[in-house]
Amino acid sequence: MLSNRISFSGEQGMLLETAVGFCRERSPVSAVRALMGGADGFDPAVWAEMAALGWCGIAIPERFGGSGLGLAEVATVVEPMGRHLMATPFVSGQIAVQALLAGGHMALLPRIAQGAIATTAVFERDGDWDLAAIEATATRHGDHLRLEGVKTLVEHGGVAEIVLASVRLDGAPALAVLEGPFAGRMRAEAVIDETRRSFSLDLTGLEIPTASLITDPAAFIALRDAALLLSVAEAAGGIAGVLDVTVDYLNNRTAFGRKIGSYQSLKHACADILVGLERSRSHLYHAATLCGANEDAEVALRMAKAEASDVFANAGDRAVQFHGGFGFTWDCDAQLYLRRALWLQYSFGDAAHHRRKLADLLLGD
Amino acid sequence: MSEFAEFRAEVAAWFRDNRPPEPDFLLPESFMEVGTEQQFEYLRAWQRKIWEAGYLGMAWPKEYGGGGQPQAMQDIVNAEMARQKVPFVPNTIGLNWAGPLILAIGTPAEKQRYIKNILSAEDIWCQGFSEPDNGSDLAATTTRATRDGDAYILNGAKIWTSLGSYAKYMILLARTEPGSKRYAGLSYFLVPMHTPGIETQPIRKLTGEYGFTQTFFRDARIPDDCLMGKEGEGWKIAMMTLTFERGASGGQAGGIARQALNVHDTVDLARLARRDGRPAIQDPLMRDQLVRFLIEDQGDRLTAARGAIPGLTSERPHAIPLSQKLRTSEHRRRLLQFALGLQGANAARWMGDANAREGGKWQRAYFNSFSSTIGGGTTQIQSNIVAERVLGLPKD
Repeated sequence: MLSNRISFSGEQGMLLETAVGFCRERSPVSAVRALMGGADGFDPAVWAEMAALGWCGIAIPERFGGSGLGLAEVATVVEPMGRHLMATPFVSGQIAVQALLAGGHMALLPRIAQGAIATTAVFERDGDWDLAAIEATATRHGDHLRLEGVKTLVEHGGVAEIVLASVRLDGAPALAVLEGPFAGRMRAEAVIDETRRSFSLDLTGLEIPTASLITDPAAFIALRDAALLLSVAEAAGGIAGVLDVTVDYLNNRTAFGRKIGSYQSLKHACADILVGLERSRSHLYHAATLCGANEDAEVALRMAKAEASDVFANAGDRAVQFHGGFGFTWDCDAQLYLRRALWLQYSFGDAAHHRRKLADLLLGD
Repeated sequence: MSEFAEFRAEVAAWFRDNRPPEPDFLLPESFMEVGTEQQFEYLRAWQRKIWEAGYLGMAWPKEYGGGGQPQAMQDIVNAEMARQKVPFVPNTIGLNWAGPLILAIGTPAEKQRYIKNILSAEDIWCQGFSEPDNGSDLAATTTRATRDGDAYILNGAKIWTSLGSYAKYMILLARTEPGSKRYAGLSYFLVPMHTPGIETQPIRKLTGEYGFTQTFFRDARIPDDCLMGKEGEGWKIAMMTLTFERGASGGQAGGIARQALNVHDTVDLARLARRDGRPAIQDPLMRDQLVRFLIEDQGDRLTAARGAIPGLTSERPHAIPLSQKLRTSEHRRRLLQFALGLQGANAARWMGDANAREGGKWQRAYFNSFSSTIGGGTTQIQSNIVAERVLGLPKD
């Protein structure tokens, strides 16, 4: 029998309350749309405020300038970011933090706690989710390593000061800890979620000290777990956000002499989305509980990702449909959520991918 | 936890040693499916045995036949019963609805009179809320209770009365104020079923079994002390009863109310069943479906746990309780429908067939799963409730 434990501390309660208010105020949809047109895709002033609130260092130990909490607390502030489609390099940095911590590579943590932007570069051209399927390489040259290969879908690569790139050293997966600037190596990619910025990163010719390579496999697990948990947190927030947008429209739009929200075909679909939202939030906070307690969270995380990303993608899809003709236009916000939902669905494994992994974990081979 | 470790071991041993022998007939899944004298007597004797051993009503007051022990001990017993998959205890309405209500608002005389016999299954209880013309809408109750001196005269009909043919008492919702509408003017009664003028008529279900009755009241005269609370408080008391039923306020006598096939049984079934020359559990599409059900089941377990955390439910406090039936009943119906397909061509067998898997239990369970997607407010009504009361969408 799987554990059904959920813990939610007073600190998490306070963080959630602060983050809900902060994201609502700093990320109204007008701001989201304005940032979509900008180069970096986020507001540096808001980022500075987030750093000043101490969020960047939530999961960083106190001796490295953080507040010594954990991933559960990070997930708690990410949920409202998802709800308000906040454009921010927060999540990519927190994924990097977990990998650095697990890999015992502490030197850069104080900078990240202060607001240095960090990200990970773990995907390649074929788009395979398998984090161990790596073609980029590191080869030894004296006390240095020479890198070769191209990473893709590197979030916020254009502004990142720190990048963790997966490479193969002597056939085994490893994470190269890179410090910018990356001028000339980052190339912007066009991606489905326009609130995000994504880049390819050409590693070829880069040289790093051997000490800048994390070879401990625990770092990959920590990276994957953090990526899954935080994308679930964003998705859970996103479901709540898109449901608000949809319900609001159904309560105001009239067709054939009735508010369209009174039609059961629309109403029942919204009830189904609410059911999915409730289950997704429960999976999220359970997985966060296990991650926070450093317990094996693989089953919980994969379940959460499968559930939340499917529910969000469906909620976004229905939101477009239920807005009718307006839903087909650029000006309708439903598409922003659908784009976010699809980005999340297809990063770090879609629902079918995780269900296949879960089948092996829960049903045996 | 550890203070109860010894108790847990004792309970586990008792149920192992005292579990009743497997009957040569198919047992019902819950009190709603008890359709034969044989099934009824078997389950009633089992409940009595558990109570005599001190494992039922453990947290109820000693003076009324309970155990006067902490609820945690009863919880341990319930969990152990579920774990060992022993038969359920049949007096569900007495244990989970009428009993907690009488303990909460009954007079000392009522507690003396009813509680012990609820626990021992001496007195079986049934419930008279739904009516033939009103389905899920309890506030539309038309059964009348007319005061006449020191008595009330009952007229009308109730439907879906589980254990109606075996019950000694019924909790009844009836209209005492003629001409009143909806929630006002309703009253709540504890009605002796042997009263002249009360007649039960068994209803045959889609499974071919019996288990419900329709109950008719024709000038049935009951003493006025059968009234619970005051006249006009019926709706309030009925809602209170439902919070006991849903376990929201604790107070239940304990035991398990059903012996149901769940997602883990379905996984086990997939190991036994064969598809294309190999166990069904090796078929990738079956595996994907099983995992979907496991995720959903776990989602509902976790949602129940999250429901107890105010900081994670504050935005829509009613979302979890009001969606509970919608979530779990539909999950179960789809799960059982899927489980039939796992049996290959044998899915077409039915109860009574020698080669039906587990006596046709799975087929019966699928058909009976509609009792939850229909009873107590259909899925479609539940969806309206969630959309209107939780999300604030307009009524039709």
